[in-house]
Amino acid sequence: MALTREQMAQRVARELEDGFYVNLGIGIPTLVANYIPEGMDVMLQSENGLLGMGRFPTENELDADMINAGKQTVTARPGAAIFSSAESFAMIRGGHVDLTVLGAFEVDQEGNIASWMVPGKLIKGMGGAMDLVAGAENIICTMTHASKHGESKLLEKCTLPLTGAGCISRVLTDLAYLEIKDGAFVLKERAPGVSVEEIIEKTAGRLVVPDHVPEMTFVQ
Amino acid sequence: MAGFDKRVASYEEAMEGIEDGMTVLAGGFGLCGIPENLIAEIKRRGVKNLTVASNNCGVDGFGLGVLLEDRQISKIFASYVGENALFEQQMLNDEIEVVLTPQGTLAERMRAGGAGIPAFYTATGYGTPIGEGKEVREFNGRHYIMEEALVGDFAIVKGWKADRYGNVVYRHTAQNFNPLAATAGRVTVVEVEEIVEPGELEPSQIHTPGIYVDRIIQGTFEKRIEKRTVHGN
Repeated sequence: MALTREQMAQRVARELEDGFYVNLGIGIPTLVANYIPEGMDVMLQSENGLLGMGRFPTENELDADMINAGKQTVTARPGAAIFSSAESFAMIRGGHVDLTVLGAFEVDQEGNIASWMVPGKLIKGMGGAMDLVAGAENIICTMTHASKHGESKLLEKCTLPLTGAGCISRVLTDLAYLEIKDGAFVLKERAPGVSVEEIIEKTAGRLVVPDHVPEMTFVQ
Repeated sequence: MAGFDKRVASYEEAMEGIEDGMTVLAGGFGLCGIPENLIAEIKRRGVKNLTVASNNCGVDGFGLGVLLEDRQISKIFASYVGENALFEQQMLNDEIEVVLTPQGTLAERMRAGGAGIPAFYTATGYGTPIGEGKEVREFNGRHYIMEEALVGDFAIVKGWKADRYGNVVYRHTAQNFNPLAATAGRVTVVEVEEIVEPGELEPSQIHTPGIYVDRIIQGTFEKRIEKRTVHGN
């Protein structure tokens, strides 16, 4: 079975470490915040200018002046800091964020990522994604392995305009967890019940398959 | 206006001097911390052919989105233009020139503009369409593209509190691009929720020192919420 969005978030959360500053993109990455392991302290950075994003507000706490980068109303946790967008991107570009998790349309075997436009169809803009991928050393890209029509999103070469070049080294899809190394995807883990053959079939880029590919496990 | 007293009495006076073809830097992120009354005054004046730099272009019918209705904006520097059907339509019809600019680059371009730095190098956008045609330099084995500063004929800013000297503090994440835009306007206009007596704002807590600010006005704000998310959703 392919991973659910929640399971993808759970798998990404295993990459968190105590004391990490983490930027979570919109979509599946946002859900990672729900799976921060008990007893682990992680600070969430929101690129509009908030370090220490808290949970969503109650009706009483709701405040138009308190939002995250997805424009959702949020709260600030104890220990939070708020600053300008220039300061925020100084943190990001300066490599001070420990882990960035973001979505993509396509990733290729050279670590290129495309996530911000589909020519002729969708032009919403890159927001902070280009700064994030340029600034972070440690990025996990989350996406479905293939499109609804079955076309692979893990390519030899991205076909869409890039968000960043050679910056992605880890990808979690609904089928597998992979690393990108020396011009190839390396299959590290597979979703429960998903065969290596299915992953091979749905990966258009060069894929290295080790002898043993462990299955991910999830506790309910 | 005497000495350092930056207060103006009306929104008309606040935007005095804005003309067709000018460049306007606007604070705000989404609908958070936007100078909504200054935008309304620009709409009222009907000035056209504006170049605007702002992270977003509001939504249909609110924020900078209202300036699209009468086609007052001919060019915009922005990082994200979703949530706005009229904008998308004008972009696809080539009625508005859009310079999509990465968010951090946009913030830094304003910061540089206010700080007297004409350009800077950033790795953001290298190897992407954003880097095309821009000067590339290598520092310590990594490639960077040159991005130029942005300066506005006007900067329109939303603050929380200010004193008559033009010292401004922002509230929560309504800070965003506001202090950056504030530094980079030839005329910087700040609208706030409250004008307080000099000395009431703690000097070490000022976000925008008054030297950057030309005009201050107190207003009332709708503060529309774009995505209302509450606990338990």
